[in-house]
Amino acid sequence: MRKQVMALAMTSTLALGFLGACGNTDSASGGGSSETVKIALQAPMSGGSATLGEAIKNGAAMAVEEEKAAFEKAGFSLELVEYDDQGDPQKGVSNAQIIGSDQDVYGVVAHLNSGVFIPSSEVYERYNIPSVSPASTATDVTDRGLKSVNRIVARDDFQGPAGAEYAVQEIGAKKIFVINDKTAYGQGLATAFAEAAAEEGAEIVGEAGITVGEKDFNGVLNQVSAADPDLVYFGGLYSEGGLLIKQARDNGIDAAFMGGDGMDSSTLVEIAGDTVSNVYLTSVAGDSSATEFAKNYEDEYGAKPESFSIYGYDSAKVLMEGILDAAEENGGKLPAKDKVAAAVRAVDDYEGEMTQVSFDDKGDNEFAKIFIYKFDEASYPAKIQGEISQ
Amino acid sequence: MKKILEQIRGNKWLQLGLLVGYIALTSLSLILAQRSVAAFLLLLLSFLLLYYTKLPNWSKWAIGLTIMFFILPFSAMQGPAYQEYMDVATLVGIYVSMALGLNIVVGMAGLLDLGFVAFFAVGAYTYGIFATAQASNFMPFGTYPLSGNSFWIFIIIGCFVAALFGVLLGIPVLRVKGDYLAIVTLGFGEIIRIVFNNMDQPVNITNGALGLSSIAPPKIFGIELLYSNQIYFVVLFILLFVIFAVRSLEHSKLGRSWKAVRENEIAAQAMGIPLVKTKLMAFAIGASFSGMMGVVFAAKQAFIDPTSFTMLQSINILVMVLLGGMGSVPGVILGAAVVTILNAQVLNELTMWFNSLSTAGIITLPDAMSPVKMQRFFFGALLILFALYRSKGLIPAKNVVYDKRKFLSEKGTKKRLQSVGAPKEDEHGNTGS
Amino acid sequence: MMTQVWDTLPQVLIDGLTLGAIYAIIALGYTMVYGILELINFAHGEIFMAGAFIGTAVLIGLTGLGWVAVMPAIFVLLLVLVITGGLTGMLGMGIERLAYRPLRKASKLITLITAIGVSFLLQDIVRFITETQQNNYIVNTPSLFPGSLSISGLNIRYSFLVVIVVAILMMIALEFFVNRTKWGLAMRAVAQDQDTASLMSVNVNKVISVTFFVGSALGGATGVLFAIHYGTIDPYIGFILGLKAFTAAVLGGIGNIRGAMAGGMLLGLLEMFAAANLSAITAGVLSSEYKDVFAFAILILVLIFRPEGLFGRAAIEKV
Repeated sequence: MRKQVMALAMTSTLALGFLGACGNTDSASGGGSSETVKIALQAPMSGGSATLGEAIKNGAAMAVEEEKAAFEKAGFSLELVEYDDQGDPQKGVSNAQIIGSDQDVYGVVAHLNSGVFIPSSEVYERYNIPSVSPASTATDVTDRGLKSVNRIVARDDFQGPAGAEYAVQEIGAKKIFVINDKTAYGQGLATAFAEAAAEEGAEIVGEAGITVGEKDFNGVLNQVSAADPDLVYFGGLYSEGGLLIKQARDNGIDAAFMGGDGMDSSTLVEIAGDTVSNVYLTSVAGDSSATEFAKNYEDEYGAKPESFSIYGYDSAKVLMEGILDAAEENGGKLPAKDKVAAAVRAVDDYEGEMTQVSFDDKGDNEFAKIFIYKFDEASYPAKIQGEISQ
Repeated sequence: MKKILEQIRGNKWLQLGLLVGYIALTSLSLILAQRSVAAFLLLLLSFLLLYYTKLPNWSKWAIGLTIMFFILPFSAMQGPAYQEYMDVATLVGIYVSMALGLNIVVGMAGLLDLGFVAFFAVGAYTYGIFATAQASNFMPFGTYPLSGNSFWIFIIIGCFVAALFGVLLGIPVLRVKGDYLAIVTLGFGEIIRIVFNNMDQPVNITNGALGLSSIAPPKIFGIELLYSNQIYFVVLFILLFVIFAVRSLEHSKLGRSWKAVRENEIAAQAMGIPLVKTKLMAFAIGASFSGMMGVVFAAKQAFIDPTSFTMLQSINILVMVLLGGMGSVPGVILGAAVVTILNAQVLNELTMWFNSLSTAGIITLPDAMSPVKMQRFFFGALLILFALYRSKGLIPAKNVVYDKRKFLSEKGTKKRLQSVGAPKEDEHGNTGS
Repeated sequence: MMTQVWDTLPQVLIDGLTLGAIYAIIALGYTMVYGILELINFAHGEIFMAGAFIGTAVLIGLTGLGWVAVMPAIFVLLLVLVITGGLTGMLGMGIERLAYRPLRKASKLITLITAIGVSFLLQDIVRFITETQQNNYIVNTPSLFPGSLSISGLNIRYSFLVVIVVAILMMIALEFFVNRTKWGLAMRAVAQDQDTASLMSVNVNKVISVTFFVGSALGGATGVLFAIHYGTIDPYIGFILGLKAFTAAVLGGIGNIRGAMAGGMLLGLLEMFAAANLSAITAGVLSSEYKDVFAFAILILVLIFRPEGLFGRAAIEKV
């Protein structure tokens, strides 16, 4: 008796719980006479890099809002669907499966973390869905030669060396200590930096790794103070980076710090406080505060955009440009997805708000730049020092 | 109402009819409403209903296999969400096998293992390293990556390597008992993960945090199995093997020894059960299931890195076992399925639903509360509620009592018999304080 | 190579002692509960974490009221410690009452699983509350004791001195409480034998509640020290730290209060030493990330070869 009741109860709860959920998706696909085009978005909206993920999401959402009219004119209703990859490759891949199996999705603005984008893009490729990354910098993202994968930012093997060049030639660092956070992103960037710095003639006096999520980095910092470098390079994200800088200063290490785009966040300044001075950043993201976008963003969300917001915006725009191009070629009808992927790859000299976009045959943006920033005081964003083109 | 229920309970033909009707209805609704996750879940639910029918075992299996091999893939195939459903079903298969493995260790042998995901990682890396160019960094002979044809052998290799690790873990921890064991295994799981994360130097074996990408997909008769609907059948075959193995182990001499060790180690030893061998077998067999699925997981994802094998995963699998009912094979299957679906599909769907509600302006849910983020909260609550109110799980394990009638006829032993069923705790500890 | 080890040694000792002191006080909470209930209170690490958050909230609140500016920092610290200790003590008592007491007669496996559940629940509740207050869950604690002493190249932060002094005071207070007060006597009696203690008119439930209160209050207060010293906290600091503290408790002999203190200090020093020197000693083969492997390996070795811990007495198992 109890068993049946239990089974019945389970059935009804399951049914009640999800009829609503699916009813919604049903209406989304069936509603309206025009054909639906969905842009999917995947970024970490929870976890340690949620700030950056939300920034990308907000940027992309603005782009989609703006393009709605253009799509309406072409006879499509445009929609943005958001997925949270939690910065976790497994979550990213299973979301990618869901995105891939949704026939209305014609493009993905995806992934902050290269470690998530690499496995997920294998899935997008199977379904021929074009993806444009606003922030993934690892070399492997495009080096695998996938047809659908693009990014509008620079690569690690450009960012790392660009940082190394600046560190050695402009800052004049001779002894460099390299730390990474033992993630795909941090390790890739730190390795690229270390190799280039050694080539530039600097001495790498030590290399060490830290664990993400820890709060006490004094062990590694003791190695740093023993090596007495002119510059410490950290490949990793802002939450660890901020603490590392703070604890280094507390330990009397006054060498300059340098980090990659993962440290480019207002939270870095919040964590490190005043100790953030004499910290350099190489970023694939330029300063967007003077653009029209920044003003609109502030009106919309009541906060200043983070560094990657505008890249989320530009990525989404490039993607939609490609979709419209492909549709036009197809006589105003929705084209096959591999055609869309080809059209996105073929986008040429697109003038974005922040960056000009032309994809090369691997999907890297030919106009991607590296920007060098320096913090002199505890305020975000940092002051721009220069930019390096490819 | 009660009367109808009674009637359904008594009549197995009626049950069969209702079940077939239910399956037909749900699969039809899945065919018609492809996007309805509910229809998909309700179709999956038919397995549970099937379990509760009074049909003879062989026909239960026949119906179950038919659903798994034909009805489910067919009715999901009709629309755009096909791969999504198959992906979820594949994940369910993977986690069910792992949970069944853990069930042997925790549920049957009573050894709490909090680092179980380590064996999954071992299996995944075994295939990952050889199916990418990674192996050429340290292997003096052979050309890598191996082709997808090797996948089938690697299922077996992964199984044995994981079993080996199970024994390696087992030997030192045999001296440790109870909650100490839990801590040691937890430590072991973390050690494995950290080691995998750092084995890129001095010799690059695992490629460290960068992980292994572009792992060769399985290949059979020259066809590459790329999509979830293809992997699904691979998983299904392994799963059936695992279920068969667990079922036959459960009632074997070994299975009974595990339970004896679980209930009272000293008494079991006194009855001549070799403690060392029994425990090691539990670790090895449990680990081997996990290792096999690790190989499949690596092939399915085409990418692995150490972040897929965290402690959270271990606890995830433990939740499945506990939710379903420790020691109960059908229970664990149910538990694993429920948790996996909850994770892979339901939380996502709910989040999207809430998002659409808030864009429509009906309710506003703070971002911090979106169901996807609340995973830990749900797990924590589930663990507590089940431990407090239903510590034997959704489908409690049945303990077969041998020679029941003979026992009952002797009055004096009646009391003793009753205490066999209840789990015993060790109330006679000592403290050092 | 050896010169590098030698040169950094003083700084390593200082950093190791800070970490060790934190491990030691958390380990006390584990050890007290284990001594009485033979339960690994997995949620203890989360109580520590909650303490860090509550302390930060109180500190920010006091700053908002303007009290921090007018009072000496040490009074502010005491106030925050007392408030946080009280609250986390209650939290610990509540957890015991709701999640552990109903299961006191159940199998240990089940209780351990509830403990894990409680710890997950606490993590997510804290994350949730923090995230609704601000956008992410990383919180910065205002620094109460900025600046540092510099003695011949050695860097000693003021907050280090505070952590060490407060930690030692807390340990002495606990020793006094357990050995010199009536409640302490009752606790020791319950730890020896619950049934006999209850026959001697000791209210076992009350004693257990008090134990949880004291242990959790200490844990929460440690959280405050942690937040003040390191300056940044998130909801996930408790689990791994708690695990290490448990290692420390086992190292010193679980159930043994002095052992836990010694174990904590020892583990902190060892870990810091490993982090600073592992790669130098092994010529780069093992990098500093192996320090956690090191800590867990110690735990496993101790459990296998000397389960009673370095300072404990072997317990005889009654059948």
